[in-house]
This record gives sequence, structure tokens and C-alpha cells, in this order.
Amino acid sequence: MPAAQNIGLGFEIYFLFKNLLSNRDENWLSADSCSRFSRSSFVVVNRCVFRYRTKLPLPLTTHFPHSMQKHNAIWQFFASVKLALVTISLLAVTSIIGTLIPQKKPFAFYAGEYGDQLARLFHVLDIPDMYSSWWFVSLLALLCFNLIICSLDRFPAAWKQITADGLARPTDRLATLPTSTSWQVATGISATANRLTDLLRDDGWKPARKDQPDHTLLFCQKGAWTRTGVYIVHASILVIFLGGVIGAIGGFKGSMVIPETMQRDRVALFGSQSFENLGFTVRCNSFLVDFYPNGAPKDYVSSLTIIEDGKEILTREIRVNDPLTYRGITFYQSSYQSFQDFLITIENTAADLRESFIVEFQKQERWPEEGLRFGVINARAMGQSVVSSKLWISDDQSAPVTVWLDKTDTAEVQLGERNYLVGARQMYTTGLQVAKDPGVWWVYAGCSLMLIGLYIAFFTSHRRLWVLVSAADNGATVLLAGSANKNRPGFTRTMEELEQLLRTEQHD
Amino acid sequence: MDSSQLLGITTFTYLFASGLYVALLVFRSARLGFIATTFTALALLVQTAGIILRWIESYQMGIGHAPLSNMYESVVFFAWMIIVIYLGIEWKFKHRAIGAFAVPLAFLAMAYASFAPINKGINPLVPALQSNWLIAHVLTCFVGYAAFAIAAALALMYLIKAAASNRRQEAGLLPSLRVLDDIIHKCLIFGFIWLSAGIITGAVWANSAWGTYWSWDPKETWSLITWFVYAFTLHIRYTRGISGNAIAWLSLLGFLAVIFTYYGVNFLLSGLHSYA
Ligand code: HEM
Repeated sequence: MPAAQNIGLGFEIYFLFKNLLSNRDENWLSADSCSRFSRSSFVVVNRCVFRYRTKLPLPLTTHFPHSMQKHNAIWQFFASVKLALVTISLLAVTSIIGTLIPQKKPFAFYAGEYGDQLARLFHVLDIPDMYSSWWFVSLLALLCFNLIICSLDRFPAAWKQITADGLARPTDRLATLPTSTSWQVATGISATANRLTDLLRDDGWKPARKDQPDHTLLFCQKGAWTRTGVYIVHASILVIFLGGVIGAIGGFKGSMVIPETMQRDRVALFGSQSFENLGFTVRCNSFLVDFYPNGAPKDYVSSLTIIEDGKEILTREIRVNDPLTYRGITFYQSSYQSFQDFLITIENTAADLRESFIVEFQKQERWPEEGLRFGVINARAMGQSVVSSKLWISDDQSAPVTVWLDKTDTAEVQLGERNYLVGARQMYTTGLQVAKDPGVWWVYAGCSLMLIGLYIAFFTSHRRLWVLVSAADNGATVLLAGSANKNRPGFTRTMEELEQLLRTEQHD
Repeated sequence: MDSSQLLGITTFTYLFASGLYVALLVFRSARLGFIATTFTALALLVQTAGIILRWIESYQMGIGHAPLSNMYESVVFFAWMIIVIYLGIEWKFKHRAIGAFAVPLAFLAMAYASFAPINKGINPLVPALQSNWLIAHVLTCFVGYAAFAIAAALALMYLIKAAASNRRQEAGLLPSLRVLDDIIHKCLIFGFIWLSAGIITGAVWANSAWGTYWSWDPKETWSLITWFVYAFTLHIRYTRGISGNAIAWLSLLGFLAVIFTYYGVNFLLSGLHSYA
């Protein structure tokens, strides 16, 4: 192990930041080699991890135009990974602030909690709403800008690696690849090349071939396209941000409070005093809260009807985790409030007449058309919530009827000649969270892309190998060389196995 | 036999297996190593049975849900996942010494689950938790956390071994620094992908429940901070070619962030907020 390895974190971080300030440019065009680090003043620890059989620390692909020639120092600054590392660290560290200091409280809260002076400092720095403060948003924007420039800077090189013609590679530089071995065979060039081609095919490779008078070159590769993995990951971050911006510009978030049987057509926006008109109307038909035997809430359900231009468009139940979306606006069950009042529904079954009444506890109400008087005269409650109520109803001719009704129960009552279906329960207001977020699908698309990209970036690699069969005194020399842009130990093993395969067959 | 008995047995078997792995380090006997692995695998089987049984019990109580719904259940799953990943690594890399650092983590998690004053009951799910996204969220997060836990254990080994070889001593059965560094990196990328998935499933869940996929609450923010720490670590390694000590330290730092995200936010930050 190199002595450098025990230098320790502090030293390395020191160098990291020192390098950052010194604005030295780097040649990092080749992803195949770690050698670029050895030319910098950077401390490289355990570099041998990547290279078991390092021959020469030469980059595999050397002749890309250096971006320095195309772009100026500002470009270089924004294209640098060092900037990314600093931005990511800053984001990580500053994000902590908002988790320690409660957010979005009034000034008086901070003054009381931290003293006047600190509170004023917080105010200047936007700490009370730090995740949308100018400086935090700037850091996020810097990260995006950095990502864009960095990708633009590097993608052409990656594209060249993807599309590069392996057969065009100068044969004298094959031996300098990270893994290479050679051996002698007794057969001639073309016979050897033919056999090796078959063996490679059997092993799942698709060799291309170039014949020259004194040598034959075989080239095969797998996973060239996997070089796009990191670009997919980085693009996905941008797509997610884009979705966030689209949502912030084109969407809104707010809440609606609708008592049962009532309807509303506007949303109180969060964080402001203003309202947003829906363009249609939402009616809360009913709200129901259900409890487990231990008293914990089990289910909150609101039955909502969308009414547009006076017509009932649709009726649906929503619950927590199961919202309703109409015209891009989504209604989430978020809270409720119970009232002292009761909701009494009476249906004349024969005449198909139905009416709902909001009635105070122990107060009388009338349905004049039917000549009815009724009220809730008693109730049983669990906490705030009434579980059953006792309805009294009379038509002033026959004997009044009383009946106990559970929450959603209805009961048949007979008054004289007529039959009624009655229900009585506590009245609720449902609290809905309302959101329109046209960016959410971008965010989801970005998230999917990120997972796909991470998979490609981490678990797949671009593996290339060359077999050079050249003339030798008693037959031919076979040179097997290869490189992989990731998982080099794994590739080294692959190459060793391949060498075994190609060599043993040779002796048979 | 109910699930809590099975999980109790698991806890003590992990403790026993941890002892065996440490003994392996001291006495360097291959047989001990085999016995340690056997006990660990047995404990894993018992724990698997315990988790499944708990699942069944919840259905018998009429409130059936996957056993991933509270602190206790998630810590049990965390321990389970640590052992699954550890045994995978042992099988792949054939280095039993790692067990002396990884298996105690599973034991500690189980011990915490069993003895800490947290609710161990099987409780009905409140409406907000009744979502398949919750299961996906807890599952993905804890696969990630377990991978990071093992990365931290390996990082500790790395630092000890590096310090020891500095004094020109032979550090026993521990895998070489190169191998350790390699496995750490693999754990980090494995964990990173699952943590990303965990944050994403959490966001989808929040969006389906409240209409906001991201609201910068302390828990979300800390999971993002953790994600940044690991993103930093992967970048510094990949693009700066740094490995070894720096990555080991960063793995430890990252795991601290994991612990804080999971544990600290609940107990320290809510405390901070609650006095207000
Ligand atoms: C301004 C921000 C960022 C910049 C400029 C940046 C830049 C880079 C660069 C240059 C590479 C190496 C590509 C190569 O050499 O072929 C890379 C790799 C990578 N980046 Fe970023 N990155 C940024 C942010 C992020 C973030 C936030 C993530 C989080 C997911 C991320 C994930 C990755 C991954 C997974 C790799 C591949 C690492 C590996 O294969 O081991 N990047 N990044």
C-alpha cells in the first residue's frame, strides 16, 4: 500500500479545497484512466484499487480536443466537478438549519425564542422560510447550472467513446491498456484469428475484424451505451427541478372547508389571503369518520359531487391516500370538524320525496310540506364524536315516534298512513387539501429516470477488448487487451477467464 | 409460540453469533467461522419466521397489515436486512471476519427494538398509513440503511486495519484494504440506489396523501442531507479517484446521517419543536 494512504481525511479535504481555489485545469477526458490524477497535485489514495495490472498510466483515448481550447475560464469553472462537490456540501450543511429552527413562524415566535437580535438576523437571511430563500434557491440553481454545463462539457467525449471504432485503434498502443497479456501460438495468423473469433463468439462477444498483411485485429465490446448512465442520472435531476418549477408557476395549493350538504367553488390558498376560483363547484354530500375499537381513527371518507354549469358531473368518495382529481385539480381528505348540530334526512318512500335538515341539538325543526315536526332529543358520544342519536318525529296526528340511530343507520318509521325513512347523525365539515400541480408528472418521470440511470451507472459497464494476432517466427503472437470503464476488478477477472479460454483451447 | 418470542430468540442468537465472530478474529479457527455463519443463518431463519408470524397475527387481530408500520417493526426489518446483506457479502467475498463488525449491528438493532421503551404492539393503521406506498417506502429505505450500516462497519474495519498496518503490524484475518475498499464502495452504491428509491417512494406517498411530494419537513430534509453526503462520497471517489481513508470516514459520516434521519429526527428534533 502506498504511504499516502494513511494521510487521513483532513489532509485530503484540505487538498480538495486548495485545488478548488487554485483553478488549475485538468485533463479528464478519458474516463478509462485514473492517470489524470497522478498528474495533479492531488493526493491519490489507493489508486491501485482500480488497476491490478497497471502497465502505463496512459489514457485510453487521448485525442479529444481539450475543452480548454474551446471554452474560457468561466465555462471551466461551471463545468467542474469540484464546484459540484462544494455545492453539494453547502446544500447538505445549510439544509440542516431549517430542521433545527422551526420554519414559517411569525416574527414574534423567533423573537421570543431566540431574542430580538437573532430574530432580526434570521429575518435578513430568510431563515424563517429558508428553503425558498434567495440564497438557498440560488444554491439549487447553481447545482442545476453546474450539471448542465458539466454535461455539455463532457457528453461529446462520452459520445465519441460510445461510437468509437475499436478497429481504428493504433495497434502499437494496445499493450498499454489496463489489462493486457500476450502469448505465442504455433498456428499462423489467419488460422489463429479464425479460431479466436469463434471462441469469442461462443463466449457471447461479437467480434469485428480487420486483416492486414502482418497482423489481424479483432475488436469486440459490450455495453457502449451504458456510458449514458451518468448523463441520465444528471438529466433526471434537472427534470425533477423542472417539474418543481412548473408546479410552482402553474399550480396552486390550498384548502377548502365544506360542511355536509353544502357546496363551495373556491380554494383558500396557502401562504396568502387570496382565493382561487375552481371554475366548478364541489359539494360535500357526507363525511364519515370511523374508529377502531381502541378509539384510533380508522377511516375518513367524504362523498363529493362535482357540479359544473349546474349539472352534476360525478360523485365519488375520497379518503386519505385516495384523492379525487378533476380538471387537473386534486382534492385530498385532510381534516374534519364536528358540530353540535345534527343532520337529519327524511324520505317519504311512497312519494319519493327526500329532504335534509341541519338541526341544533334538542331544537325542533319542521318539514311543512309533509306536516312533520322532529328533532334530536338525546345522543351518545365517544369523545367529540356522536355515535348514536335519538330522533323524535311527529306528524301531529298520530303518536310521535322516537328511534335510536347509529351513525349511518336509517330507520323506517310509520306515522299514520305514511312511511318515512329517517336518518340522524352529527353534522361534520370536511377539510380538503386542494392542489393543482401540473409539474408532478415531470417529477415522477425524473424520479423514474433517476432510478434507471443509477442502475445503468452503477451496475453496467462498457467493456472493450482487442485481440491482436501478429506474425511471429514459429506461428503468431496473440495479444489480448481490454478495458472497462467501471468495475475493473470484475473486468480483470473476465479477462483472466477469457485468457484461460483462449489459451487452453490453443493447446488442445 | 408467538412472534415476539421468535424475535427474542433471534436477538440472543445474534448476540451469540457476534461473540463467535469476534472469537474467530481472536482464535483464527476456520471451524469457529463456520459455526458463526451457521448460527447467523439460523437466527435469520427464526427472524424471518417471526416477521411472517407477526404479519399473520395482525390479520388474526383483524387489522392485517405488513409488519413495517412502526418504529419497532422497521428496526426489526433493519436488522433482518443487515444480516441478509451481510450473508450475501460473506458468500460472495468469503471473508468471515466482516461478521465481527456487521452481525453486532443486527444484534444492537434487535436489542434496541426489544428493550427500548417503544411501542411493540401490533396496532391498527391510522388512515394516513394505509397505503401500499408506505410499504414500498419503508422497504426501500431500510434496504438502503442496512447497506449503509454494513458500509460503516466495513469502514471501521478499514480504519482499524489501516492504523494497524501503519504500525507495521499484521491485522489478523481482516480482508486486505483493497478488498475492504471495494466492498465499501459496492455497499455505498447499492445503498444509494435504494435510498434514492426510498426518498422517491416517500415523495409519491406524500403526494397521494396530501398533494405535496416535498415539503421540507425535518425528516424529508434529513433524508436529503443523507443522500447528499453519499452523493458527495460517490463523486469524490469516482471523479477524483479518491478511495481509502477518506471514503471510510465519509461512510461513517453518512451512517451518522442515516441514524439521525431515522432516529434523531423523531426524538431530538421533535423535542426541539415541542418546547416551542
Ligand atoms: C452539479 C451537480 C453535479 C455535477 C456537476 C456532477 C458531475 C458528475 C461527473 C462529472 C461524473 C463523472 C462522470 C464521468 O466521469 O464519466 C458524475 C458521476 C456521477 N454522478 Fe454526478 N454530478 C452532479 C450532481 C450529482 C448528483 C446530485 C447526483 C445524485 C444522484 C449525481 C450522481 C452521479 C452518479 C451516480 C455518478 C456516477 C458515479 C459512479 O459511477 O460511481 N451527480 N457526476
